[in-house]
Amino acid sequence: MADVPIDIAYTARLARIALTEEESTRFAAQFERLFGFIRELQALDVDRVSPTAQVVPLANVLRDDEEKPCLSQEAALANAPEREGPYFKAPRILE
Amino acid sequence: MSDNGKLTVPGAPTGHALRDAIAAKQRTAEEITRDALSAIERLEPQLRAYITMLPDRAIAKARDVDRRIARGEQVGSLAGIPTAVKDIFCVRDAVTTAGSKILERFVAPYSATVVEKLDAADAIIVGKTNMDEFAMGSSCENSAFFPTHNPWDTTRVPGGSSGGSASTVGSGAVALALGTDTGGSIREPASFCNIVGVKPTYGRVSRYGMIAFASSLDQAGPMTTDVRDAADLLEAIAGWDPMDSTSVDVPVPRYADALRTDLSSVRLGIVREFEESIAGDAAMAQLYKAAYADLAALGATFVDVSLPHAKYGLATYYLIAPAECSSNLARYDGVRYGLRKNGSGDVFSMFEQTRAAGFGPEVKRRIILGTYALCSGYYDAYYVRAQKVRTLMKQDFDAAFAACDAIACPAVSCPPFPLGAKSQDPVAMYLMDYFTIPMSLAGIPALSVPAGYVNDLPVGLQICAPIFEEARMLGIAHAYEQATQHARRRTPAAAATA
Repeated sequence: MADVPIDIAYTARLARIALTEEESTRFAAQFERLFGFIRELQALDVDRVSPTAQVVPLANVLRDDEEKPCLSQEAALANAPEREGPYFKAPRILE
Repeated sequence: MSDNGKLTVPGAPTGHALRDAIAAKQRTAEEITRDALSAIERLEPQLRAYITMLPDRAIAKARDVDRRIARGEQVGSLAGIPTAVKDIFCVRDAVTTAGSKILERFVAPYSATVVEKLDAADAIIVGKTNMDEFAMGSSCENSAFFPTHNPWDTTRVPGGSSGGSASTVGSGAVALALGTDTGGSIREPASFCNIVGVKPTYGRVSRYGMIAFASSLDQAGPMTTDVRDAADLLEAIAGWDPMDSTSVDVPVPRYADALRTDLSSVRLGIVREFEESIAGDAAMAQLYKAAYADLAALGATFVDVSLPHAKYGLATYYLIAPAECSSNLARYDGVRYGLRKNGSGDVFSMFEQTRAAGFGPEVKRRIILGTYALCSGYYDAYYVRAQKVRTLMKQDFDAAFAACDAIACPAVSCPPFPLGAKSQDPVAMYLMDYFTIPMSLAGIPALSVPAGYVNDLPVGLQICAPIFEEARMLGIAHAYEQATQHARRRTPAAAATA
């Protein structure tokens, strides 16, 4: 693993966040320090350990498929930055 | 073991004392609510604990409680007690920001389950408290709006991320508050503001309507003047919720019945690695030695336990929590709610500019770190490896609890620090959660209870128990609190404006 493993520009694109030059430089220095800790994990032998996603044992949490009251269309649209009639409006996605 | 003795802390009325005064018709809920609102108003210029006040909602609820009491009707378990709610919980028709510009104008269309439970228990919700943006931080300085100040010394931070809740309870303005804890965000500010803060077992309290940060770690809990209030508030908010598939259907005990006044036959684990770490600070080490001596005087016996993987907690947490946050915060895309910046017109530019303008530096940092940890090619090396270390950490606690009933350990490595002292150094800030992260990763319940002062600044003792053993943990904390009375001192902020 490289010393400063994160390609910040590429990762920021994946995360859909426009970073300034200054932010990228600052984050790079901060990640370098944080990876000092993170690299310690690489020293542990975990080959035979199974991962824990969630600590309280629950599996296949299901409920009956029945109709229940939900938000009205108006309530669901009330916080929309832009709407058109009963729709959320977003910039064109397909050309 | 139940203790029926009523303790009135000077200057900081407990929730149970207020409830008893209302039940005895000595005071009305409306009077108490108006007192709380004016105390908050008096203290806000110094503390800035609230993002949004809800005085109309509070007065209407208080009058409703008074009307029902006058008619001789049954009222809820928290009837008439002024309560602050961290601004991460949706309160229907109220602005709910999570401390972020991206939600600055978001009006919640429904209430969180815990808020509905507070309403059903007849608590009086007075306002929404300040917090680090999306609960990411340990000082409340990552709030997008303003920092909150510590009532013990207003040049210092209240801790975070539940800093507003801790500050307002610590000031004595309200007795009860809700916070959330992902890696220490209830316990560290509770320690800093000299109050009781409880992180319940993961799954004990519903997360429905609580804005998500790291879904496998986030848990809501009480922040209160004393342990009895924490017990009552936890009982009111705990329980299975069909709206949260990770909440667990186990009975909720009457926690107040578990409050003890002695610790005979209690075996407390002392964590070797934590003691070695705190030994580097003589004043802190001395405070915790005194706390253990007080526990021993109450009858507790001690067992040396080891958490060999605790030292990997920070690294594990800063892979898992950012990974989950990067996924959860993907929803802030400028389409359905929240801020939108249009950028150059195409949809990707809109996403990138919205998120650039809406998120603060700490949130961006964690989203990028988390996105990286989940990237194809790195997923196994980072995220899966961290989840495996999490298993080892859980096994450490299992082994420890085979030898003891509960663990007593430091909640923090230092007393509250000055504003600005760590805000330019995220790793120094992350290290603040060294003693609280392992419990979060293991999902076990843990609390902080006032344990005394270093340089006149409050410090908390952490008590942790096996999963779903909150009653045992609260019982131990209560015995310690009643014997030591560390929280009885008044805050300088409250004293100066009284």
